[in-house]
Amino acid sequence: MFKNAIKLVLAAAAAVAGSAFSQAEADITGAGASFPAPLIATWADVYRDVTEGAVVVNYQSIGSGGGIRQFIDQTVHFGATEAFLNQEQLDQARAGTGGEAYNLPITLADVVITYNVPGLETGVVFDGEVLAGIFLGDVVRWNDERLAALNPGVQLPDMLINVVHRADGSGTTNIFTSYLSSVSSDWAERVGAGTAVEWPTGVGASGNEGVAGLIGNTPGTIGYNSLVYATLNDIAYGYVVNAAGNVIQPSLASTSAAGDVELPQDTRTLIVNSQHPEGYPISGFTWALLYENADANKAFTSRAQAEETVRFLAWVMTEGQEFSEVLDFARLPQAAVDLNLARLAQVKWQGENIGQAIVDGFTTR
Amino acid sequence: MRAATPKNGRRVGDKVFLGLLTVTGLSVVAIALLMAWTLGRDAAEPISRFGFFGFLTGTRWDPVSGQFGAWPFVLGTLITSVAALALSFLPALGLAILSAEYAPRWLATIIDYIVDLLAAIPSVVLGIWGILVLAPFLRDRVYQPVFEWVLERAPDQAAWLGNPTGYGLITATLVLALMIVPYTTALARDAIRLVPVEQREAAWGLGATRWEVLRLAVLPYARGGITAGAVLSFGRALGETMAVAMLIGNSARLPLTLFGPAATMPSVIVNEFREAVESLHLAALMGIGLYLFLISLVVNLLAAWLQRRLAPGNVGL
Amino acid sequence: MTGQRISGGPVRGSGANLRRRYLRDRVMLGLVVLASLAVLVPLLIVVWYVVSQGLSALDWDFFTQDLGSPTRAVTGRPTGLAQAIAGTLVVDLTALLVAVPVGIGAGMMLAEYKEHRLNPLLRVLNDTMNGMPAILKGLLIFTLVVRPSGTFSGFAGSLALAIVMLPIIARATEGALTLVPWSIREAGLALGLPRWRVILAAVLPVARPGLVTGVLIAFARAAGEAAPLLLTSLGSNFLPRDPWNPLEYLTKAADTLPQRLYSLAVSPYEQWHAMGWAAGIVLLLLVVVVFLVGRLLTRRDH
Repeated sequence: MFKNAIKLVLAAAAAVAGSAFSQAEADITGAGASFPAPLIATWADVYRDVTEGAVVVNYQSIGSGGGIRQFIDQTVHFGATEAFLNQEQLDQARAGTGGEAYNLPITLADVVITYNVPGLETGVVFDGEVLAGIFLGDVVRWNDERLAALNPGVQLPDMLINVVHRADGSGTTNIFTSYLSSVSSDWAERVGAGTAVEWPTGVGASGNEGVAGLIGNTPGTIGYNSLVYATLNDIAYGYVVNAAGNVIQPSLASTSAAGDVELPQDTRTLIVNSQHPEGYPISGFTWALLYENADANKAFTSRAQAEETVRFLAWVMTEGQEFSEVLDFARLPQAAVDLNLARLAQVKWQGENIGQAIVDGFTTR
Repeated sequence: MRAATPKNGRRVGDKVFLGLLTVTGLSVVAIALLMAWTLGRDAAEPISRFGFFGFLTGTRWDPVSGQFGAWPFVLGTLITSVAALALSFLPALGLAILSAEYAPRWLATIIDYIVDLLAAIPSVVLGIWGILVLAPFLRDRVYQPVFEWVLERAPDQAAWLGNPTGYGLITATLVLALMIVPYTTALARDAIRLVPVEQREAAWGLGATRWEVLRLAVLPYARGGITAGAVLSFGRALGETMAVAMLIGNSARLPLTLFGPAATMPSVIVNEFREAVESLHLAALMGIGLYLFLISLVVNLLAAWLQRRLAPGNVGL
Repeated sequence: MTGQRISGGPVRGSGANLRRRYLRDRVMLGLVVLASLAVLVPLLIVVWYVVSQGLSALDWDFFTQDLGSPTRAVTGRPTGLAQAIAGTLVVDLTALLVAVPVGIGAGMMLAEYKEHRLNPLLRVLNDTMNGMPAILKGLLIFTLVVRPSGTFSGFAGSLALAIVMLPIIARATEGALTLVPWSIREAGLALGLPRWRVILAAVLPVARPGLVTGVLIAFARAAGEAAPLLLTSLGSNFLPRDPWNPLEYLTKAADTLPQRLYSLAVSPYEQWHAMGWAAGIVLLLLVVVVFLVGRLLTRRDH
């Protein structure tokens, strides 16, 4: 799976070498969500080769909240987050720079229900009501009739359900609780959605790996992880019934499909419980954050740096997506890509538009 | 030997030296006050909203609805730190005595290096080891059997035992105790080694056994160093973040069960800090930092008072 | 009736009382040994675990290549932690340069000028700072240095680590200096030396082992801290353009072993796990070497 990545790098390098790119040297810093970190790290590595060492992108995962705050504090060139800027933050960003703060989706996050039950493989079917019931502590046994109804023909053992959730704040929690809030009014009332919530039941583990580790070690447990963690750690995960009533297997295709819906201009929307018939209901965009007025961002020290950042992000939206599936990340739906490029084309340096020319370089290919 | 330097020269030298030292002292004070000030400034919102004591003793921590109270974490911190110090003090002192008094030179050197190594182990390493090795071990060998035993004999008592997942106060305290040993040991061992021979000879002269020499002559004299070590250890226990965060189970509810999950002030800060987006949430975390500062301050004031009471002064033997 | 010599002089006492005292002596020795084992055994287990998990990842590439993306490790292309090792050396040594003079100075202040007005405040605040979680120290430097400068930097990381080291050095220095007998100071003063000469030339050398111990354990503590570096030096997956220039690490975001160890260990990739443990081994080795050097320096004047 990863071997293909090498072939893709060579192909990309060849393609770029043949195009009319003028390459300035730039060190770009980004920070934010942990979920896309492996993907962004790969993009950075590939892009360094593609630009023959000229552009080095350093992205560190400090959490979505961290990404947003560093972005607002202007200590990074771009941020990355699994939760889009809310109105208050948008206003703050606008006030600080006199221009827009763009939320640009770069990939999609998928949250799967992981569990460790002797005798049960991947593929147990859940729906919104049952999941909310489990995480609220109302559904307490694995052979509960509500779960059995969704899984005819599957032998569910008579075991207590041990809930595991995230102890630390996380974008994954945000997506999962947003989903639960949209499918269960009970959950929305009693708990709500956010990167950290007051869980009614269960044990908290630190990080994706903490949850995966605890589930892997303890029979009877159920929790939530990103798909990458589940597959790489060999943990069983469930299928979920979506809004259209279809049982959806979590996959890159179904995650992308969830995002392939009507999007607002600024892409600031939740796609949990997506209306798409093939869409996996527990998904979300991961956004990159960029200022329209690049020069107003204290982190930028030169025009070239701003241009290279825009170019990198444009590459990420278009050619970079080739690397997503190889790493088990879903591709952006075309609608999102188009909206992104339209935004990037408006980035300015000291009032002068620098984005349009760069974006044109990608759309004419 | 030179004749006495002219008085003026001596005074200038002394003044400059004292001046330099004062600058360093003031730097430390300034950093501490700066920290308290930034924490206080950032924590203004939740403190004004819930009240100084309201926030301290509040028992609900709900980032979604904006309800914050620090009490579960305060309890968790106090319980784990005090227990860790109590658990680690005697073994740490024992190691110091072993190295400084009983062991032959070559063994003492080895012990010293191992103890120093203990101080060097990054807390994240202990945390991960705890997750992969210690927690499952304790769960399978200790918590689970005890839980089942109680469940059979006295099922109504099970509630205060909590769910034995391996993550909780006990596991975290054990690892914490291990981590803070080196500070007490290192300072105690140096102190014991520096006790003058005359003190020991006086005790031997009275016909004491080795242990009695230790108890009567050496340890009291070394009390200052030993206490300094204990204070450093306790400070480490209070502020320890990573290993505890990974092993304590992280529940924002009051730590009222033996095996169940809990949280400490540093653990909740490090866990939620990265993702805290709402300004009130972030401010509440800073508030916890402020309270930790105040608790540390109070504890150290107490320790200072205790030290004055126990000070050897003139160790008259 | 005299008993058997253990050390020093003859033990005096009689009959049953003597036997009881001997018993207590043996028992205490036994307890001391037991207590020591209770600490040493888990420690050795942990060290063995780190070594066994990380040894496989320690190869030449580990020390010469930078990290890049997980794809490199998973597909077997050259990858390593050169940027973290170099970053750790630069950031930690810079932190020492800042913390040692200030820490020893503050310790001297507390020990040698006991009557000074600043001392009660200094002592209590120093110990309080020791109890503060390192993440808050990192946050302080973030507010004071990173945010105004608009960039993460290794130097900010050094400052955060220096704040971690300071209270330990100051405390240990004070402890070591107060153990020096007053007679030495008296002798110096009687010779007509000014106070500062007495402290530096007469007291300090005697206390040197204690001072060095303090610096060493402070260094060990700071070298293992990941939290304060999160928001100060941030981290990096790549070597700087000029990997031999220390300023590159100090002026831009720099990678350090403890923080890199953590992110490797919590990633979903097996190969990165092994590298994380290998980082742990290198970190332990670094500290052991520093301790060896420190101890060698003090052994000479004993």
